[in-house]
Amino acid sequence: MTETIQFTLNGKPMKLTVDSDRMLLWVLRTDLELTGTKYGCGESLCGACTVVVDNIAVRSCQTPVKHIQGREVVTIEGLMKEGKLHPLQRAFMDHDALQCGYCTPGMIMNAYSVLRNHPKPSAADIIEGMNDNLCRCGAHNRIVQAIQMAAKEVEGGF
Amino acid sequence: MNDDQTSGLEFLEEPSDFQISRRDFFKVAGSGIFVLFTLGDTLLAQQRQGSRLPTDFNAFLKIGEDGRVSCYVGKIEMGQGIVTSLPQMLADELDVSVDSVDIVMGDTDLCPWDMGTFGSLSTRSFGPSLRAAGAEARQVLLELGSEQMKIAVDNLATEDGFVVDKTNKEHRVSYAQLAKGKKIERHASGKVALKKPAEFKIMSASLTRRDAQEKVTGNAKYTGDIRLPGMLYAKVLRPPAHGAKFIDVDVSEAKKMKDVQVVREGDFVAVLHKYPDVAEEALSKIKAKFDQPTSVLDDKNIFDHLVKVAPAGRSVSTNGDLKAGESAAKIIVEESYFNAYVAHSAIEPHAAIANIEGGKATVWVSTQNPFTCKEEIAKELGFPSQNVRVITPYVGGGFGGKTTNLQALDAARLAKITGKPVQVAYTRKEEFFFDSFRPAAVVKIKSGVTDKGKISLWDYGVYFAGERGAQHFYDIPNANTTAYNSSWVGASGSHPFATGPWRAPGNNTNSFARESQIDIMAAKVGIDPLEFRLQNLGDKRMIRVLKASAEKFGWKPGKAPSGRGRGIACGIDAGTYVASIAEVKVDKGTGNVQVKRVVCAQDMGVVINPEGATIQMEGCIMMGLGYTLTEQVHFKGGDILEANFDTYQIPRFSWLPKIETVILDNKELDPQGGGEPAIVTMGGAVANAIYDAVGIRMHHLPMTPERILEEMKES
Repeated sequence: MTETIQFTLNGKPMKLTVDSDRMLLWVLRTDLELTGTKYGCGESLCGACTVVVDNIAVRSCQTPVKHIQGREVVTIEGLMKEGKLHPLQRAFMDHDALQCGYCTPGMIMNAYSVLRNHPKPSAADIIEGMNDNLCRCGAHNRIVQAIQMAAKEVEGGF
Repeated sequence: MNDDQTSGLEFLEEPSDFQISRRDFFKVAGSGIFVLFTLGDTLLAQQRQGSRLPTDFNAFLKIGEDGRVSCYVGKIEMGQGIVTSLPQMLADELDVSVDSVDIVMGDTDLCPWDMGTFGSLSTRSFGPSLRAAGAEARQVLLELGSEQMKIAVDNLATEDGFVVDKTNKEHRVSYAQLAKGKKIERHASGKVALKKPAEFKIMSASLTRRDAQEKVTGNAKYTGDIRLPGMLYAKVLRPPAHGAKFIDVDVSEAKKMKDVQVVREGDFVAVLHKYPDVAEEALSKIKAKFDQPTSVLDDKNIFDHLVKVAPAGRSVSTNGDLKAGESAAKIIVEESYFNAYVAHSAIEPHAAIANIEGGKATVWVSTQNPFTCKEEIAKELGFPSQNVRVITPYVGGGFGGKTTNLQALDAARLAKITGKPVQVAYTRKEEFFFDSFRPAAVVKIKSGVTDKGKISLWDYGVYFAGERGAQHFYDIPNANTTAYNSSWVGASGSHPFATGPWRAPGNNTNSFARESQIDIMAAKVGIDPLEFRLQNLGDKRMIRVLKASAEKFGWKPGKAPSGRGRGIACGIDAGTYVASIAEVKVDKGTGNVQVKRVVCAQDMGVVINPEGATIQMEGCIMMGLGYTLTEQVHFKGGDILEANFDTYQIPRFSWLPKIETVILDNKELDPQGGGEPAIVTMGGAVANAIYDAVGIRMHHLPMTPERILEEMKES
């Protein structure tokens, strides 16, 4: 059904008239031209499409746009503030926590949500929180290290 | 893929336009100093197999009038990091800052013809040739500097983009000035001395990946991220199974959808819309009839089938006398090993965008072989190949899987039909359906060991995995190795769908079988598995890596099964020697195997970038756990039963073992492959650890909980 959806996208108010049953992933990638959020499986099984809605990681491939009415959405494009990389982005770079990089935006957004909900995460918290995000290149070890590093940096607030 | 085994590749490319583009290329490339070179001698030898293929160079570098160094190479970046390591190597040889080196990759209009990008070739083969080109360019610059400064070359040095007078460093001339107005073409002669490892300034440093910032901000463009004005997303009707024949289709419901375009040419049916999800919905409204494929093969009977249809064996190596080996043996062990079809499962599915304007097609493709793809598209469209340009954006993982480019043909065909730019991107289901799987394979081994614990007999036959890693490296007086179907592709009537190279092709299967067999013999004669290997080895490199891994692990000798859950395996891949020790915990109730710790030691010759090598080893260990424990393609009668990551389980964070790596610097030897070797030991190390933990011997990969439970019940 076509309806008008208002929400906050990367800190800015957004108003869209759209078929509200369409999945957020495709609306982001096509209507809004934000292609950092990736398609990997289409069934919430890989995490490449992860965005953060009201501080919780969601799979945008299975989130109809109508569900974000009035909510706050952050995508990978919204993490940089005033030209500065987010500590998670910096940590992923510093720890070589990526190879092909295709899963990376989803990894970082999922980690963002993990840190929001575990300000001082243990390695076990990180592994549990990241377990449904898939990486095929095998960068897991580095990703855990990067998230641990970022956690220390953002302690006390983003 | 390694260069010992390119025989499985078919050279379909006929770059007939190449001579033309070569003439034109210096026109468009502007002024500067050019060095033409080839990436890897063996590759060029392969390319010469076809007389129409270019033989003189497949990459070039340019020092421009602005002093910038540009390297044009048809290779692509898929995560292996060459977008960083190639400029790093060039900068060091040329004495320029790494930031002043640009690299242009995978564009068939800008880069010379290239065979394709296959994992393990990067440092080993590109390194020496790229560096030779850099050294050649530096020599040209010294000669030009000598002419201009009126100083003998011997009295000149190069430093940060300048040729300088050794006696007075203030007296210097920049590369930019030397390149100005020049048009110098040189072929890398290979005669200019390369820098010694001790002289490396940039190569040995761990640099942040060049693509890292783009990739962490979401700005990196993969094929599916490219959007052209007026572009339509297409979804193509696919058969329900391999071998199913199209009968009829009803597209009326899809046609009723607003702004949906339906294309039908015989059995080629597609729907297009400006949104991919709407196109997908339109596809779901198409009712199609296909007949049932006749294949009766499935993932259980495939092994018998393969052995039955295998071609005559090819002897890989033979020595001594098998009969003598058998009579010298106290114990004879005869076993068979099996592994399933395995998918590549890159997280980025295959994608392509085609745009046809003025009789010229420009196609962006997620591919490992853009030049092959270009020829395939030209054929599909009926265009001369110079009217097709393939551009390769970042590729989201390849592992050998992005060497088939069917999606690009679909996109090109639809762009021609509709007159609009068209994107075709696979769903995960299509990705599984069209994947060229790692072949299912069987290994049969008959071996014998004397009462002194010496291996006296080794009779090894590998079916359909390929020869890589089939050759053993133990000291065995009577041995034979035979490959039945030497390639990862099989003749018609063998595999029921496409197969292809998968990270360290063939070697995962071969190393699993060999190292399991060695362990069985060690257990039968009651000798510690490490000790048994050492006493049957003469190869010093292998002895060294085994000892290094054992030392790091804190290996305590003991006869298996000891209940401790520790397994060892070693192997050789891409010139690199590797030994791994895995520690596992087996849940006897569920059959679940948790790999707790992996120690991996590697001798890869001179190590250029230790950090990069470590990352590749860690990646191999994690990815290797997949084919070892869970990954297998289920199928029945041409129907691929895997559609997504729910049934097809790839490694995830909760599997992450404690990983410890040891890199043994071997200055005697040129750099060897690093992207694949460690993966080959995972199957054997984990299988042997399972045996050590619970006393069951696994012959099938993957070692799923079901198989573990079944084996425990039987023992």
